[in-house]
Amino acid sequence: MELVLPALSISGVSKRYGDQLANDDVSLDVASGTVHAVVGENGAGKSTLLQIIYGTVRADTGRMQVLARPVDLTQHHPTAAIACGLGMVHQHFMLVPTLRVVENVVLGREPRQRGRLDLATAARDIAALGERFGLRIDPWRRIEQLTVGEQQRVELVKVLWRGADTLLLDEPTAVLAPTEVDDLFGVLRTLVAAGKCVLLVSHKLDEVNAIADAITVMRHGRVVARMAAGASAAEIASAMVGADVAAQVIAAPTAGRPGTAPRSGVAVLAVRDLVVPRSDGNRGVDHVSFELRPGEVLGVAGVQGNGQSELALALTGLLPVTAGQVRLADVDVTTATPADRRGRGLGHIPEDRLLRGLVLGFDLGENALLGRQHEFTRHGLLARERIAEYAARLIAQSDVRPPDPTLRGSSLSGGNQQKLVVGRELSRPGLRVLICAEPTRGVDVAAAAAIHQRIRAAVDSGVAALIISSDLAELRRLCDRVAVMYRGRFADVLDVAQASDRTLGALMTGVAA
Amino acid sequence: MSTRAATSIAIALLIAMAVASVLILAYGQSPAHVYAVMLGHTWGDVYGLGQVLFKSTPLIFTGLAVALAFQAGLFNIGAEGQLMVGAFFMALVGAHCTGLPAPIAVSLCLIAGALAGALLGALPGWLRARFGSHEVINTIMLNFIAQALVLWAGRRFFFVEQTVHTPPIADSARLPSLGLAGSAASVGFVVALIAVVAVHGLVQRTRLGFELRALGQNAAAAAAGGIAIDRAIVIAMALSGALAGLVGAGTVLGYKGYYEEGIASGSGFMGIAVALLARNRPLWMVPAALLFGTLAHGGLAVNALVPKEIVEVIQAIVILAIAASSSDLQRLAAQGRR
Repeated sequence: MELVLPALSISGVSKRYGDQLANDDVSLDVASGTVHAVVGENGAGKSTLLQIIYGTVRADTGRMQVLARPVDLTQHHPTAAIACGLGMVHQHFMLVPTLRVVENVVLGREPRQRGRLDLATAARDIAALGERFGLRIDPWRRIEQLTVGEQQRVELVKVLWRGADTLLLDEPTAVLAPTEVDDLFGVLRTLVAAGKCVLLVSHKLDEVNAIADAITVMRHGRVVARMAAGASAAEIASAMVGADVAAQVIAAPTAGRPGTAPRSGVAVLAVRDLVVPRSDGNRGVDHVSFELRPGEVLGVAGVQGNGQSELALALTGLLPVTAGQVRLADVDVTTATPADRRGRGLGHIPEDRLLRGLVLGFDLGENALLGRQHEFTRHGLLARERIAEYAARLIAQSDVRPPDPTLRGSSLSGGNQQKLVVGRELSRPGLRVLICAEPTRGVDVAAAAAIHQRIRAAVDSGVAALIISSDLAELRRLCDRVAVMYRGRFADVLDVAQASDRTLGALMTGVAA
Repeated sequence: MSTRAATSIAIALLIAMAVASVLILAYGQSPAHVYAVMLGHTWGDVYGLGQVLFKSTPLIFTGLAVALAFQAGLFNIGAEGQLMVGAFFMALVGAHCTGLPAPIAVSLCLIAGALAGALLGALPGWLRARFGSHEVINTIMLNFIAQALVLWAGRRFFFVEQTVHTPPIADSARLPSLGLAGSAASVGFVVALIAVVAVHGLVQRTRLGFELRALGQNAAAAAAGGIAIDRAIVIAMALSGALAGLVGAGTVLGYKGYYEEGIASGSGFMGIAVALLARNRPLWMVPAALLFGTLAHGGLAVNALVPKEIVEVIQAIVILAIAASSSDLQRLAAQGRR
């Protein structure tokens, strides 16, 4: 029998940040021709591990073997990683929007012919790579014209063009729509079939199950379990978060809330024939109408870029509307400012917490105040004691960790940032309508469960909610009805009982008319 | 964070001193001797100290002006023009204050200066909010326009015959001297200190300050938080202009007693360096302005040893070293590249 060496083998990796051990004696082997998934909650140390392997972060201790070549991880560097055949696709893409695909791919390693930039050859290479691995992409298009899924393909092409044999992917599905996830997984299978290996980091259990050949589970910086393909979601989840939380997450109803029939009563949010212009290449909103009653939850599903973002921005007053009417608690707020809408009981959990939810340079107390500054001022002066009291309470109630109001927003993990934003918006006095987009995107299982619980509690107390999400299971868990947005319109509005993946998928892709 | 900023400032200053020493050596003088003379004639005697305070006063105002705008993410390069119109209107109002009690006369003058500066600052703010035209370009251009308009209006209507200055202000509008050995230091320096505390309070303790900081750090999140971005931009620029417009408190009300062509000129641009050195923190503006005030007056004192230009070079090196170490400037450069 031939001895097969792992393509990538790391051992004894530790990394300390202050008094936190981000990685604690982590070891793992990735066999060539396989997809290896590292799963864990936010803050479990997965991303740190990936950065150590790629050399953007130096480990305190640890060694690595890449194809039998030893690497000291305390002295590692991305240049060395690339030389070892490693390629990294970051969660936030590193692309220049105004440049073409081919220009982005060659950036930093520009091919020259007699001193002149030779893009034509590179473009042919890119086409050939695309053919071979199912990564079809037009080399001459500009990045800004591409969808998020296509941009990710460019990132993959970029590392493959540089000769990577081992691909490191950080949360590769976090920004993708369900159909794009399938495409990505198809590409990854082609890659491993061609002998490459993939090490990816994720916290989406079903996706990990769908693609990984081997799974390493991390918790609090340590490897707590190693599993082969086919482990059940329940097994992985309990390893990730510990048994009790897992039971809660798994036991959460997957179809429908009690009493899914539309509640009676007067609509607290009434939207009629709303038209919103396009923004950044996305489709706008094209004559959308709906009503929300107190305690009712309407979900909005759809492939990214079909007008969902614009709908949320228009309803919160951040994007002007061209036509139609928005009534909030029987008042026409179509042209009202965001502050005015907030004053009338509108809460907003923005799609992108880093863009609109938080000010990263503000401390947690200031972030808790953002959007609620009018509640905590007298004669224009900040009521500092009340603010401190409220911030401490919010941080405790929302279980934001670490619970220190003087920390900057940037020092929190994504899950904790989101818990802060959700808690801030849901604890607003007089909240009547919640506009909520991707409430648990990039958030670990335990935090997601906590966020769902908070939203449900608010709804049970009579808040009406509009929840836009690319996570269909989340929509089914929280909503009474699910609207599917396709090309700026509501393709259909389904009762949650009828909202199966297949039905929603058909509507999302425009297959079902 | 704070200690890191302080360390980088200290390193920048040390580098500047080292480079300046080389220049002084090249000129055939002993750096230690030159620095000693400089220090002796500034902080070493009462008159020198008074002159340092006098030269620092406008820099505190313009530093605050630039810093406040920067807190809101705006770059006000128009302090130069704003201080000019501020000082001009201060002098015009002051000339009509005869017979009024001093507190009222002084207040009127300060309000006039602040208001004139605020209007000149609000204009580029409004252009930015309404049309998206960049405040850097517009404030630079307005500097020239302000200078030309003040000169024209002064010559045509207000200047004393055969001079380039306005008639003297009423005695009651004058800010008393601090009595530091006949130096030009006046209560204007105290007014500047009050402005420092006021701006600090505004930025840290008020809703408006909170909203301006949110705007400066993340405009999209500020908008989502219900902050009226356009309004906040205009207010930030108006307040910034008002602070620059108060420069005349030291130069017009505290020293000359009239507006003169070229009064306090250069303080507007130097205010950018002061704000950078103070890392846009209002309370740090005092030591930052004092440093530049020391260099300005110390430069005159060592004139006998090295040419004035050497001291100007030292100032320039200080500014370069500070600018290179400033994360704000790095951030701005990064924005420019994007």
